[in-house]
Amino acid sequence: MTQADLIVLDQVNKRYGDHHVLRDVNLRVRRGEVVVIIGPSGAGKSTLCRAINRLETIDSGTISVDGTPLPAEGRALARLRAEVGMVFQSFNLFAHKTVLDNVVLGQVHVLKRPKGAAVAKARELLDRVGIGAQAEKYPAQLSGGQQQRVAIARALAMEPKVILFDEPTSALDPEMVNEVLEVMTGLARDGMTMVVVTHEMGFARRAADRVVFMADGEIVEQDSPDGFFGAPSTERAQSFLAKILTH
Amino acid sequence: MEALLFERDTVLAAFWMTVRLTAVSALGSLVLGTLLTAMRVAPLASLRGAAGVYVSVARNTPLTLVLLFTGLGVGANLGVELSDDIATNNFWLAVIGLTAYTSAFVCEALRSGLNTVPVGQAEAARSLGLGFVKTLRLITLPQAFRAVVAPLGSILIALTKNTTIALVVGVSEASVRMREMIETYGDQVIEIFLGFAAGFVLLCLPMGLVFGWLSRRMAVAR
Repeated sequence: MTQADLIVLDQVNKRYGDHHVLRDVNLRVRRGEVVVIIGPSGAGKSTLCRAINRLETIDSGTISVDGTPLPAEGRALARLRAEVGMVFQSFNLFAHKTVLDNVVLGQVHVLKRPKGAAVAKARELLDRVGIGAQAEKYPAQLSGGQQQRVAIARALAMEPKVILFDEPTSALDPEMVNEVLEVMTGLARDGMTMVVVTHEMGFARRAADRVVFMADGEIVEQDSPDGFFGAPSTERAQSFLAKILTH
Repeated sequence: MEALLFERDTVLAAFWMTVRLTAVSALGSLVLGTLLTAMRVAPLASLRGAAGVYVSVARNTPLTLVLLFTGLGVGANLGVELSDDIATNNFWLAVIGLTAYTSAFVCEALRSGLNTVPVGQAEAARSLGLGFVKTLRLITLPQAFRAVVAPLGSILIALTKNTTIALVVGVSEASVRMREMIETYGDQVIEIFLGFAAGFVLLCLPMGLVFGWLSRRMAVAR
């Protein structure tokens, strides 16, 4: 691997019983790169994304983040997770904490930042994602789009090396998808390293440096957005794109 | 009625003992019960097993046996002395017995509360870099507590009434005083019974109301 590779997956395999969810997956993500993973449901996209911070374990192969192979459970793993942000499909904001506390918590308890500095940073990030006025509310009082933007701020507060997005807009009402994608596009423009599992082809075209197409647990092809959407080389990708782009 | 009025100071003192036994044992049970809950979901199988065995034994043993064991076994036989003063010593033995028993129920309630917390909450906590203990302490247990306020109230009410069994370790709480009075004032048995029953209702009824109110107030909106 080269210095520029931040995430390296090497021959990663995972099975759920007879179901082979990840088959010999090899993937490299460079520093500052935005990789969008697309593909049909059940292709293993989410599993792949969640495996990168070990929310899913793998059966064989190796996953390294910034040169360090993923540790087993314990302190070393917690330290690595602090450097890898995660944004979930279902937001997963801490339901008993205010929006502000959601963004402060990790800074204080993991990064050991002083409370005052953590609050200042949280307010700045909430302003950046456009939720500054709602800082004292609880997650359940916000719309899905607002909650997801808070979740992005919560991930950013840790100053991660990379942020993983696991279908961040799939649980949102259609009119709220764009506000989240706009924040993500901004992050991509600012040079954040991102791995994004999504069905939003517009976002993939606009913000991705590389599109990775998965099907049946395998990476079938990967290319620049123009290359992939313009001239997909495999039949599997052609038929997938034909199905979703005709409407 | 005269008996209760005439003896109101000793009756109140006896109920005060009931309140103290309840309060201290409730606090102990909350702490031990929380610890047991943490053990039951710990990554170490030995901790999970130990807590599971403890809860099964404590929950399925009659409280009279538990208190007799702490009084006769721990106190008399093993000679554990918690105080020079025999009344204080018995008080603490009763607290130990009541705590050992009640914490098993607290643990079961809390564990069912943990099951109501969506798995995504713990995943989000872990993905921020929080370890097992901090995830439990900051994220999942606080939400579990809020989900089981009402059942915890029931456990507290049961504990209040269970303190009457502390008589087997020689603690003079309300039911002991009632027995003594029935012996002294044999002509007013019904009044004495009703008086003491009313005392317990007065103690427990507000608990139910307060916990019901708390459980609505503290519920986590999702």
